[in-house]
Amino acid sequence: MQRSEPAPETSNFSVRRGEPLVVVDHVEKHYGQFHALKDVSLSVDRGEVVVVIGPSGSGKSTLCRTINRLETFTSGSIRIDGDELPKEGKALAALRADVGMVFQSFNLFAHLTVLDNVTLGPIKVKRQSKADAERAARVLLERVGVAQQAEKLPGQLSGGQQQRVAIARALAMNPKVMLFDEPTSALDPEMINEVLDVMVGLAQDGMTMIVVTHEMGFARKAADRVVFMADGQIVEEAAPEEFFTAPKSARAKDFLSKLITH
Amino acid sequence: MGIITDNLDLWSSTLLGTLVLFVAGGLLALVLGTLVGAMRVSPIPVARAVGTFYVNTIRNTPLTLVFFAFAFALPPLLGLRLTGDVSLTLAICALGIYTATYVAETIRSGINTVPVGQAEAARALGLTFGQVMTLVVLPQAFRSVIPPMMSVFIALLKNTTVAAGFSVVNLGSIRSYLSERGENQFVAILWVMVVFVVLVLLLSWAQRALENRWKVAR
Repeated sequence: MQRSEPAPETSNFSVRRGEPLVVVDHVEKHYGQFHALKDVSLSVDRGEVVVVIGPSGSGKSTLCRTINRLETFTSGSIRIDGDELPKEGKALAALRADVGMVFQSFNLFAHLTVLDNVTLGPIKVKRQSKADAERAARVLLERVGVAQQAEKLPGQLSGGQQQRVAIARALAMNPKVMLFDEPTSALDPEMINEVLDVMVGLAQDGMTMIVVTHEMGFARKAADRVVFMADGQIVEEAAPEEFFTAPKSARAKDFLSKLITH
Repeated sequence: MGIITDNLDLWSSTLLGTLVLFVAGGLLALVLGTLVGAMRVSPIPVARAVGTFYVNTIRNTPLTLVFFAFAFALPPLLGLRLTGDVSLTLAICALGIYTATYVAETIRSGINTVPVGQAEAARALGLTFGQVMTLVVLPQAFRSVIPPMMSVFIALLKNTTVAAGFSVVNLGSIRSYLSERGENQFVAILWVMVVFVVLVLLLSWAQRALENRWKVAR
């Protein structure tokens, strides 16, 4: 996908593209003695798709969860669309409403139907009417290809279907940015692609995305930038082609070589 | 059967007394217990401390002492005259506040069965703590604790008889009324037992109905 081409004038995302939307500034995080994030700084522009990769335990999931403060951090700052991330309470809830999150384990509300999962946020947080929320939800479910399952409970769906519902649930809030925390790591191989296809579609539509993943194919296809993390630090940032063909750091070379041998 | 048919007035008024104590005390226990259970998992330290203190003091006190406090210590403090209605209200409070501690702990164990990801997903949508609890966590917690919760309410049903010692008319007091009318006390107690067995069977039936309705596919 060619990111450099000017997007059509009608695209809402492209008009304001290029301003920083998520700014992570010198963030440190400790779990007791463990130093999980070491002086992490990252700026993601509006409409940009950033893929975060790295070995397990490198802090990439922690970084992703820190951006909407599901994890607290020790020092530093995180700004979303210019606003400092509030510590707690209603202000934090309001900010989270603008940040979509997709989890490794889907986390669909087990007692609610697929449709109710998608409409809960719009109705309770955005105060939309039930009818409006359901209309919008059905459009989103159609878009991710699970419209037929709207009345079922999450437990009756396959993993891939559940994750696509989870993406629809996050999109229903009309978020400024979407965070994906290893969205395909809990899926059977044949279900990974159905989820990745939805994500590639989102990226092409201009959604700002931060994606923690092990899917290098997705990184090559949809990412504007690859961020490589190891031991709680950002070791290297580069365009996907550049990163995969000519990694600069020894740590990244080592990581990539292990991927290729398998 | 004469002991029933000849004294229908007594049986109906005492059964009504038991049901009023059970339903009103149970509602109070459910509301208060849910609140306290939620407080004990809340992110606010003061709320957690108050919840823990409440459970630890009231649950560790024998029910009869809780009744003593409400029936004898509270009225003079509040300047209440002990009429029938006041006694009944105080008995409902005693039962409700006592049972709420068990409800709170049952709910809390239910909350612990709800995967943490459910609350995280709800928070990530922008729901407040209160909404996360009432819309996502508690509905699932209730479903997973129906059997132990029903045990709490069965215990409450039987505990209503303690109110008999504090001049509140219920099935626990019918024996003395019947003996005044010259009925065999032993037979009276056997019939009270039968009534309780039937009432508890009704609760068990309600439990099964709820369990079937609220099966959550995971």
